[in-house]
Amino acid sequence: MSVATKTDKIQRLAELTAVKETSTGASLWREALRRLRHSKMAIVGAVIIALFLVLAIVGPYVAPYSPTAQTWRNEVFPNRGEFVGARGENWFGLDHLGRDVFSRMLVGARQTLLVGVVATLIGLIIGFLIGGVSGAAATLGGDAGKRVDSVIMRFIDMMLALPSLLLAVSIAAVMGQSLTTVMIAVGVVQIPVFARLLRGAMLAQGGADYVLAARSLGVRKRRIVVSQIVPNSLSPVIVQATLSLATAIIEAAALSYLGLGNPDPAIPEWGVMLTQAQRFFDNAPMMAVYPAVGIIITALGFTLLGEAMREALDPKLKG
Amino acid sequence: MSLLELDGVKVHFPIKKGILFDRTVGHVYAVDGVSLKVEAGETYGLVGESGCGKTTLGRSVLRLVDITEGSVVLDGTDLAKLPSEEMRRFRRRLQMVFQDPLGSLNPRQNIESILSEGMVAHGIGKDQEERREKIKSILDKVGLPSNALSRYPHEFSGGQRQRIGIARALVLEPDVIICDEPVSALDVSVQAQVINLLEELQEELGLTYVVIAHDLAVVRHISDTIGVMYLGSLVEEAPSDALYAEPKHPYTKALMSAVPVPDPEVEDKRERILLTGDLPSPANPPSGCRFHTRCPWAQAERCATERPELRDVGGGHRVACHFAEEIESGKLGLTRPTGIEAVTESEDVVVEQAEDEAEVPAALLPADSTTKPDAAAVKDKVPAAAETPGDRTADAVAKDRDAAAPDASGKEKEQDKTG
Repeated sequence: MSVATKTDKIQRLAELTAVKETSTGASLWREALRRLRHSKMAIVGAVIIALFLVLAIVGPYVAPYSPTAQTWRNEVFPNRGEFVGARGENWFGLDHLGRDVFSRMLVGARQTLLVGVVATLIGLIIGFLIGGVSGAAATLGGDAGKRVDSVIMRFIDMMLALPSLLLAVSIAAVMGQSLTTVMIAVGVVQIPVFARLLRGAMLAQGGADYVLAARSLGVRKRRIVVSQIVPNSLSPVIVQATLSLATAIIEAAALSYLGLGNPDPAIPEWGVMLTQAQRFFDNAPMMAVYPAVGIIITALGFTLLGEAMREALDPKLKG
Repeated sequence: MSLLELDGVKVHFPIKKGILFDRTVGHVYAVDGVSLKVEAGETYGLVGESGCGKTTLGRSVLRLVDITEGSVVLDGTDLAKLPSEEMRRFRRRLQMVFQDPLGSLNPRQNIESILSEGMVAHGIGKDQEERREKIKSILDKVGLPSNALSRYPHEFSGGQRQRIGIARALVLEPDVIICDEPVSALDVSVQAQVINLLEELQEELGLTYVVIAHDLAVVRHISDTIGVMYLGSLVEEAPSDALYAEPKHPYTKALMSAVPVPDPEVEDKRERILLTGDLPSPANPPSGCRFHTRCPWAQAERCATERPELRDVGGGHRVACHFAEEIESGKLGLTRPTGIEAVTESEDVVVEQAEDEAEVPAALLPADSTTKPDAAAVKDKVPAAAETPGDRTADAVAKDRDAAAPDASGKEKEQDKTG
């Protein structure tokens, strides 16, 4: 064996041992999760969301009073501006119909969460499908695909051009007052955001070398999209979904505030509670503060987690 | 018959403009008529500067870019005419190793998944178990441990990643592997390992390589035949040793003269050709010989109007230059300064900058002049040199170029109107 091949062998051995002897490798997802666990922002966000979730689940069972019963209606006189604030019996005071605000907050968490999650899911799923088709057509569909993508994107641009609240209000107006309407209206507004985001990420990934490598291997186009391009385009979408939950809750509250939400005002929902409280803001400001703070804290929780996820999934963007 | 034959391959990318409906306003002539043959078991090296179209040519062989014109024949099948599904299946026989080892591996797939992707696509192996066995044997061939299977690309070093890239190509047992700058992203010490690996594999498996690179030393080391590309076409092609020993095309000469020689004495004395100007835009290539705008030997008429074909000048040496023999024999003088210093092998010393130089080093004078000339003698020679026909042609070429320029821009305007 010559000296040259010997050193070559030694170098190669050194390179081999550079691979750690642990049995399995760590995928990027797992690494992201590890980074997430070390992020203070993520922990705070997760704790807030967890509390909110617990509240949404057990709220109705631990509420001290019925949220709809007007038990103390003889003690409040909205016409004369006489309200009952926080007291030992009712921690958050009474509303204008003599109902316990604390109980209404506990029970309302579930409705609020439901609106946020369902609306985001509607936006995510439909937006994902539209963006996915558009992105796939643009990256691997050739000239015809580019035309398809162009048509879809102009349509999405039209949706984006409408002010989101106006779009939501129009949808709610057409479909009538109901909680479902609010979910759909808020969800539809999110569609173009998700579609554009996924398409953009797919376009960026479509030009990557590993996609070219997969094509040169002879992998079918559909499989390239599903197993190569989409998994690498997911992180911005996941982050956006978390952030969207916060905005969806706020938008749903806004729609409820405008009187387009649940037609039955007896059923508590934070947005509806805020709407009802605004009429009496001069005399009983705290009635509005409780649901408002509830919405703000929840939105903050989702935003914190979303931002932390953005950093964990793409460490290059940090700073 | 050769294993891989390219005949008049052209790849033109349309330049599109428009808001709603794209219209073509011109073309980038990335590859403009390349014909070459690669014999089974040999290595064909493609060199050229950045932007000369060598990568595009490599991709066109696998039809990763659309071929505008011409044919790519592998083992009797014209790939340029295959329907896409058949082409997909045919890709098994043609594989590619990419320049960027990390970028060419999907960061979210582990090595086993990356390496089985191709086998799944071509239905090789009954189940994952069988495929895993095959992958393990290939990993062993390229010098990676089998515990690499469950790892992800970011956990490997650059050299290891390139080994994975090579393994991915090998898994499909291809006939031809196109290596697009296989080592340019690696450290020098690792470069040698990867090059040696490629050579070992070629010996063991009888592979045919097309190696695309801009590193002349790498190409020389690994190639049997070398093709030199300039602005989308081949300017010279020869067996590797012949090309390095006596480059015949002016562009190749310039390219070779840019490689430093490790011997300082030779390095000081040797001929240097520094090209002036930049690579012309492939969207608007020069008329006639593509190289005439930078060629130190460019002649007035022919070079600017007639495009030279690759012609055999003996010994399998093909050159696309009208005046290759004349330049070789020294009959043709320089028509353009070639940078700091230059000599031809002819008796006339053509040094245009000599006027500024008080003394001309001995190395600049013809090899047979044994006596050291005094400065006065050189100065006497300068005016004579300035009157050589070569100088006049330089002016003529410059005028020609000026004349050609408005013409070209006129064409562009025309295209704008019609588009």
